[in-house]
Amino acid sequence: MIFNGRSHKFGRDIDTDIIIPATYLVTFDPKELAKHCMEPISPNFADDIEKGDIIVAEENFGCGSSREHAPIAIKGAGISCVLAKSFARIFYRNAINTALPILECAEAVDGISDGDDVRIDTEKGKIENLSTGITWQAKPFPSFIMEIINEDGLIGYTKKRVENRDV
Amino acid sequence: MMTITEKIIAAHAGLDRVSPGELVMVDIDLALANDITAPGAIKEFEKIGVEGVFDKKKVVLVPDHFAPNRDVDSAEQCKYVREFARDREVENYFEVGQMGIEHVLLPEKGLVIPGDLVIGADSHTCTYGALGAFSTGMGSTDLAAAFATGDTWLKVPQSIKFNIDGKRKEWVSGKDIILYIIGKIGVDGALYKAMEFTGDTIEGLSMDSRFSICNMAIEAGGKNGIIAVDDRTREYEDGRIDRAYVEYYSDPDAEYADVHNYKAEDIELQVAFPHLPSNTKGISEVGNISIDQVVIGSCTNGRIEDLREAAKILDGKKVEKNLRVIVIPATQKIYRQAMSEGIIDIFIEAGVAVSTPTCGPCLGGHMGILAAKERCVATTNRNFRGRMGHTDSEVYLSGPAVAAASAITGKISGPADL
Repeated sequence: MIFNGRSHKFGRDIDTDIIIPATYLVTFDPKELAKHCMEPISPNFADDIEKGDIIVAEENFGCGSSREHAPIAIKGAGISCVLAKSFARIFYRNAINTALPILECAEAVDGISDGDDVRIDTEKGKIENLSTGITWQAKPFPSFIMEIINEDGLIGYTKKRVENRDV
Repeated sequence: MMTITEKIIAAHAGLDRVSPGELVMVDIDLALANDITAPGAIKEFEKIGVEGVFDKKKVVLVPDHFAPNRDVDSAEQCKYVREFARDREVENYFEVGQMGIEHVLLPEKGLVIPGDLVIGADSHTCTYGALGAFSTGMGSTDLAAAFATGDTWLKVPQSIKFNIDGKRKEWVSGKDIILYIIGKIGVDGALYKAMEFTGDTIEGLSMDSRFSICNMAIEAGGKNGIIAVDDRTREYEDGRIDRAYVEYYSDPDAEYADVHNYKAEDIELQVAFPHLPSNTKGISEVGNISIDQVVIGSCTNGRIEDLREAAKILDGKKVEKNLRVIVIPATQKIYRQAMSEGIIDIFIEAGVAVSTPTCGPCLGGHMGILAAKERCVATTNRNFRGRMGHTDSEVYLSGPAVAAASAITGKISGPADL
């Protein structure tokens, strides 16, 4: 998939209580969750997003709780892809499982400013800052993770395993 | 030459050995979800199209976060989980009245035993490592798949060894040790890695303190925390369980990504300042910080030892008059034990509000939400911005001794300040 959007830049250790405060965890509806996405540090986040925009963050994005509402809220807000220097491990799994594209590339994070126009080719792992013309290559996913991504997430992958009696 | 974590993963993958970085499919002994993560898991589970859960005994559902029901939306979520448990004949569903905070309840009930591999849709699932088990938190969809298949994929983590030797200072508990470690290595200091705790200080800790330590492995980014089985573990399990368990130990030549050695003598009572668990200070460096609320409870510190420590400090004292102090025993059994020991009387006499078990205020759910600019000393595990209420409120994390002493003075204090 190729995504093209404006960069929204965040610092390190963006925790899941920032991404979606726990008090709102009474639904899995993406639109409802999106209303409160990033509320503690950016109360109008969802309103500022144009569909396809990209989150660019420093280290340890998504640290804290296991709430899958976090990637769901981000996707619901219209974000197409999250690029970070590193991801907290539960968030990483949750993003793969719920088919929110994520990429790790420290150099690209350093080379993209808030508001830059960015294009990301998730299949090739190619990141392009259209505002500066610089491109980077993200770390590829292990082939096993690609299998999950290609089945649109873990449920598709598991359905296939069940159909093939591979359980 | 494998670590304890690698051995448990290998055994559950049906392999003789595994190495860090390897991706493996593992059979799971227990799959857990709660009232805020189970609804998502159930919704996804229903899409997979299997006849039922993989094992009615190995699925655990605990409504503890926004239960007893906080509001109509929470009530609907709990109802959805309750009906699933009934329809799918999930044996380990714990209704309000038997419910306790999941990570205290499961070991107490003997549902997790040494050598098990457990996954839970709750990040603090890493708590059970204190029993010499491998346990880790995941999201709702991972649990949905596990409910259907009884297995999951794992990347074998590298291990970091934390070796703590020496005699603890007075009042220092497991919570102070883990806050100290997180303060040293940071909130991503163990990202994706297993945190193995060893040394004579760890050996000298109660099971309750060991649970507190492994509980907060996630606060350093860890995949799991783990402490090898010893006599204290065996004594804890004696009479509690009806399954035989396997004890795993790290080989002397096992490989570690890093080894940290700490001296217990260097660890004073700890306080983590807003808004990260790694912003720690020793109690002697805290300064004068007035507070509005104290919370003693949670999956980190709602166990009987925590309540006993707090009661020792609050016995015959009064809560500072401008303060709200809330104590939440983590399970019904602990609540009852505290009653029989006279601990609940001590709390109520001091002016403390005692609550039925719930995660409640720890994640800003209910039972003690903070207003703007308010400060709380809490024995919970996270002090992220807005975690306990208003975005402009503040949470200071501590063990039960600092929380109880602060309840008397109205500012962040240790027992020595009384």
